[in-house]
Amino acid sequence: MKRQLPLIIIFVCGIFMVFQYFIPHENSEFIYEFAALDWPPIIGVFALTLGIISLVRVSAAKISKRDEDWQYSIVTLIGLAMMIIAGLPWFGGQTSPAVKWQFDFIMRPIIATIFSLLSFFIASAAYRAFRARSVLASILLISAVIVMIRFMPLGPFTDIVSRTADWVLNVPNLAAKRAIIIGVGLGIISTALKVVLGVERSYLGRD
Amino acid sequence: MAVMSAPPAGMVVAPPTEVRAVDAPNDHGHALTVRWKLSADDGQGQNNILAYRILRTPRLIGPLPMDSAKAGTDLQVFSSPGTIYNEGVWRIIPDQWDTLGQVPLGSSKYENRGGKQRDAKDFLPDATPFQYKVIATTAAGGMGISEASAPAAATGQIVHTSKLQYIGIPVVIFTALVLGFISAAKRGRELYIRPLAGIGAVDEAIGRATEMNRPILYVLGLGAPDDIATIASYTILSRVAKKVAEHRTELLVPCYDAVVMSIAQETVRQAYLDAGRPDEYKEDMVYFVTQEQFAYVAAVNGTMLRRQTATNFYLGVFYAESLILAETGSLAGSIQISGTDRVTQIPFFIVACDYTLIGEELYAASAYLGREPKLLGTLKAQDWAKGMLIAFMILGLVGAALQWNWVGSLFRMSF
Repeated sequence: MKRQLPLIIIFVCGIFMVFQYFIPHENSEFIYEFAALDWPPIIGVFALTLGIISLVRVSAAKISKRDEDWQYSIVTLIGLAMMIIAGLPWFGGQTSPAVKWQFDFIMRPIIATIFSLLSFFIASAAYRAFRARSVLASILLISAVIVMIRFMPLGPFTDIVSRTADWVLNVPNLAAKRAIIIGVGLGIISTALKVVLGVERSYLGRD
Repeated sequence: MAVMSAPPAGMVVAPPTEVRAVDAPNDHGHALTVRWKLSADDGQGQNNILAYRILRTPRLIGPLPMDSAKAGTDLQVFSSPGTIYNEGVWRIIPDQWDTLGQVPLGSSKYENRGGKQRDAKDFLPDATPFQYKVIATTAAGGMGISEASAPAAATGQIVHTSKLQYIGIPVVIFTALVLGFISAAKRGRELYIRPLAGIGAVDEAIGRATEMNRPILYVLGLGAPDDIATIASYTILSRVAKKVAEHRTELLVPCYDAVVMSIAQETVRQAYLDAGRPDEYKEDMVYFVTQEQFAYVAAVNGTMLRRQTATNFYLGVFYAESLILAETGSLAGSIQISGTDRVTQIPFFIVACDYTLIGEELYAASAYLGREPKLLGTLKAQDWAKGMLIAFMILGLVGAALQWNWVGSLFRMSF
């Protein structure tokens, strides 16, 4: 029963959601909005509590065991505590200057720094991908060069480069993208069916 | 003797005719469609029509305060199927007309689509008969007023016929294929499926981590717990965790979403139980990091570099962080297996990872790892569905080339 009950719940909810999709009536929408839109935030709040407990436990364990770079865990816990304390009603709540200051002058610069790393990683990844080691890699290199230079003024070649780049983007590239999207669509339906019908139950263990 | 003079030219125009209002089809109600025949001066005759103005009766005034419901007899309380739509008090005044809006010349249709919230300004009640008039207007202020339409009321439909035709029927066919192949597989029919390099490498990657005595990192991505790619990732995590438990290797699953963490904890715990090593499972294997995208990336990258993970799995929904994660793992020398259904992120994974599950392969991975006939049957059904789609595409191409319009009309969707 311990394994059957979740399967029954999944089956009933899954079938309901399928039928709901084809029933536009307001009562059907109401049940959907109640079941699918109202419940997740409620569950999310409780799960977030579990998440914070998990974060504190993992960080505290690292500190107590003096794991490698355990000092970072102290920073994590201090950051967590500072944000929570600054957001308490006695200090002005979520919109207090202390929360805003921490967000604007600590969190935002760090996030921007991590995001900006992307430009360097794109360069290193492009270097690896565009090395002409095989015929396919050479085709990739040539295509990439054409697409990258399509907005450059190239005198008499400007038009032909621009049209070739458009062809690369709109024909082979778009065809591949659409093929992947069709495959993904079928995969989504198939996975949903497997889960709803209880064919795929590995996530419940003992399949 | 006074002589009645005719109105100046251009001030009187031919009105729209045959105004009719009908309930908008395939919706939740609260909408009516108004159609009419164009004025004789629209594009012909005096050719001076500028726009059509739409009027509706009875007039609705509201929403009014709830306690005003007791005040008068012309007030009506609209209730809802549940509390989330609230209740609304509205004054309904017969024989008075509301101007709803206007549409440009040449238009013969107006969608009077209102809201369903009873206490919102745009609320349009169901089951209340409305009549419409359409006024043809000119730039000089001329008008031609139509007759009122017959009364019509909005109502919600039980079945969305268009969705049923264009989505429901294909889904039923696909479901039949899936069930048919599952049944064939159960009866022992051999089903060939093409091997996937990324899946074949899972055992090798786990073995490498065991030999090197270094942990395995499994990233479920940034998807919500109900994203289908995240659900597919749970199923792969289960298989991977079982193998990891058998090899007694360390597994690290940093999570971006607290609900995903709860599900992943349960999945991994169960996998360790199935592997006969429940004592090896530790709650801290699957842990929550943060729900901030790049803070999560920083934490996961830090884990990769500090713990020198031997193998990294990135399976699920990924956005801009995909390349930052995969490049860091590549620099750290880890074997990397990735998979996502986000088309824009697939190239980054292909470049930076050793093996990538492209699109639908992510959904197929669990079946490949489990090698169960039932699951393989679903893959076969997908292949057949793809074959059917290819056949339809070829039919469409031939139809377009030979100008067979009926082919296009078979697939023209209207929601």
